Amino acid sequence: MARVIHYHAHPGQKFSNTNRAMMRAASQVEGITRVDLYAEYPRYNVNTDREQARLLDHDVIVFQFPLYWYSSPSLVKEWIDLVLEHGFAYGAGGNKLAGKTLMLAITTAGPQDAYAPQGYQRHTLRTFLTPFEQTARLCKMQFAAPYVQYSALKTDAADHAAGFARLLQGLRDDRLDMRRALTAEVITHDTLPFVDEV
Amino acid sequence: MTGFLMLAFLFLVAGVVAVPIATRLGLGSVLGYLIAGIVISPLLSGLGVDVISIQHFAEFGVVMMLFLVGLELEPKLLWAMRAKLLGLGGLQVLLTTLAVMGAAMALGQSWTIALAIGLVLALSSTAIVLQTLNEKGLMKSDGGQSSFAVLLFQDIAVIPILALIPLLALPDLTSTAAEHAAGSDHGTSFSLVDGLNGWQTALVTIAAIAAVGLGGAYLTRPVFRFIATARLRELFTATALMFVVGIALLMSMVGLSPALGTFLAGVVLANSEYRHELESDIDPFRGLLLGLFFMTVGASINFALLFENFGTILGLTVGLIAIKAAVLLILARVFKLADGDRWLFGLGMAQAGEFGFVLLSFVVANHVLPTAIADRLLLVVALSMMLTPALFIFYERVILPRYDREQEQEAGEIEANGQVIIAGHGRFGGIINRMLLSAGYQTTVLDFSAAQMDMLRSYGVRAFFGDATRPDLLHAAGIAEAKVLVIAIDDKDQATALARYVRDTYPHVHTVARAHDRIHVYALYAAGCRDIIRETFDSSVRAGRSVYEAMGMHPFEAEQLVRAFTDDDRATLVELAPLFDPDIPHHENAPFRERSKALMAERQAQLVARGEAFRIRTNRDWSPPTAKDVAAEEKSS
Repeated sequence: MARVIHYHAHPGQKFSNTNRAMMRAASQVEGITRVDLYAEYPRYNVNTDREQARLLDHDVIVFQFPLYWYSSPSLVKEWIDLVLEHGFAYGAGGNKLAGKTLMLAITTAGPQDAYAPQGYQRHTLRTFLTPFEQTARLCKMQFAAPYVQYSALKTDAADHAAGFARLLQGLRDDRLDMRRALTAEVITHDTLPFVDEV
Repeated sequence: MTGFLMLAFLFLVAGVVAVPIATRLGLGSVLGYLIAGIVISPLLSGLGVDVISIQHFAEFGVVMMLFLVGLELEPKLLWAMRAKLLGLGGLQVLLTTLAVMGAAMALGQSWTIALAIGLVLALSSTAIVLQTLNEKGLMKSDGGQSSFAVLLFQDIAVIPILALIPLLALPDLTSTAAEHAAGSDHGTSFSLVDGLNGWQTALVTIAAIAAVGLGGAYLTRPVFRFIATARLRELFTATALMFVVGIALLMSMVGLSPALGTFLAGVVLANSEYRHELESDIDPFRGLLLGLFFMTVGASINFALLFENFGTILGLTVGLIAIKAAVLLILARVFKLADGDRWLFGLGMAQAGEFGFVLLSFVVANHVLPTAIADRLLLVVALSMMLTPALFIFYERVILPRYDREQEQEAGEIEANGQVIIAGHGRFGGIINRMLLSAGYQTTVLDFSAAQMDMLRSYGVRAFFGDATRPDLLHAAGIAEAKVLVIAIDDKDQATALARYVRDTYPHVHTVARAHDRIHVYALYAAGCRDIIRETFDSSVRAGRSVYEAMGMHPFEAEQLVRAFTDDDRATLVELAPLFDPDIPHHENAPFRERSKALMAERQAQLVARGEAFRIRTNRDWSPPTAKDVAAEEKSS
């Protein structure tokens, strides 16, 4: 059993379909910690001590958010700025997160083919996510391939949401094939890399 | 004097003992009162008490109950009910009368007697049904609303029935009872319509109804404002009683049902800001009188007669309930009530009612029925009323569980548009009210200032006059169904008492309390409140931030400092609150005092050490690694 914490960050939950469906599906998964970041810090006053204690208590950190301007909503950045402190997450003595896993669950408005050198976004999704990947690396964490839904505004959310719940369960029960999860480009609901059940 | 006290004591003891036991056993208060009445009936007959005259007096409880029902019913709602009222109510009275009449004729009665019996037994018991529906919170359900519509129609129907009955008089009974004369009514009675002809009577009657309507609409407000200047609670009660008694008197004087008159007055006042005040003033009287009424029903059972004819009377009662329930169930199906509600309506209204008692004495006085039949019918009416609580229990335990799912969904809906009650609409509560209204929430405002009321009402706020610290007023304002209570009244101690009361009585209500100062925060915390806002703290902190900025501090640093100050202040509050004891002055409370001193010393030490108490903590966030950190890192990589 891995201790999984699921951070959910969406500033406009009322108007979200996919992320709300994901959150509903995730709420059925038992034995994991759930944090609605915008509900907990509506005034951006992130409590560094509390968040660091939470990180220490978990092995797998999942951040779920919609991609805003090739990055996360601003509260996630604020959270990173404050919580991943020097001496805690990186730098001298900063090895408290070593060996943990960071995984992003991302929805994009643009379609899959836009995120390619010849697409209109000009870069792959993973290129836009390199700051997160390097953040994980500097903190000595593994960065698993992100769980992605492209064209989220036009796609029915049910499959993606159900897949998200199965992903969280797999992480919790150590049933995810980490080798494949770490090397894949992205993970979608139909390419979840589970350990083959015997 | 002692006789009166003895009687009052007897009734009170019986009620106080029997009702809690009955409610504990899940039987409901009505059955408790009825049983209490039966138990004391030998004592009453031993004392030679005239139970029937007490019953007539206690019937005033029904009048008060209809007044209260009217208060809950805005004219708009009444108008919306018209189809149910006339269709459902009219058909119920008509069909039940015919069915009972048919049964009576089948048992060998002549058609006039059978019709009279039908009319007497068609009516249901407003007292029992409404009391039980309210107690079980079923009044707002479809079944409850339909029951109410029918009861209201029956109340109106009493008037034509009273007019019809003398026409059925039996010639042989009339001659033997000439000495009975007209004044079979108890005591002296005044009438405004004696000796008037038809159209004059009609004119006087219409004038009386108009007087009630206009008086309710235009007279109550100035009267209550005048009373409010005296600031005496009992004067409100006296005024409310005066209104109800006055209306009932006027209606009786023109020959209308006093219950109907007060109901109309209630409807007229349903939109008034004094509605909840009236409700909470009248309600205790209603409760006591109805309790007394139920006890007299229990006590008036003639056991000698009952045991003599036990089989017959029980058979008649069960037959009556079966007929009435059948008619009701058929009507419920025609009027498309949901399954659960249909049974509530059918079983709940299947008894004969208190109007039956009234009509029976009237029928006998008019020589329509021989006394022997009337005495037996009296038993049937009483017995059917006694069986009603059992039918309600049957509905609750057997029928309702089958339709549980529907009920759950309904409860969820109510939850979704839960209400907010704001106690005190001054500078503090007023802003909260504006915020809630602008976000589309429904609020109920309680305030003890008549001037404030006028202002609020002119802006369309649901505002009611009254002292929010009164439990009964709070109850009338709907605290039981509310989701949030905002305590924004000025008086510190009253605010604390209110917080404690709501916490104890309505634990599901989230209370947001306005605190005067730190000590008041602790007092509210001790009272169980966990959402406490100091009235001047936030504005003071903002003023402090303005000073920081005016002194040249960078606005973002000022904001950080303000947040740190606020967090720190809150932390000390949270730490000290559990140590506070409202019964000990805080300077005599040793643990509180010691901890408070220690915390102050801590802050002082930081201040001395760094010159600024909070910057150490704020500077931690966003601070770059120090030179030492960087050197250590370079070495390690």
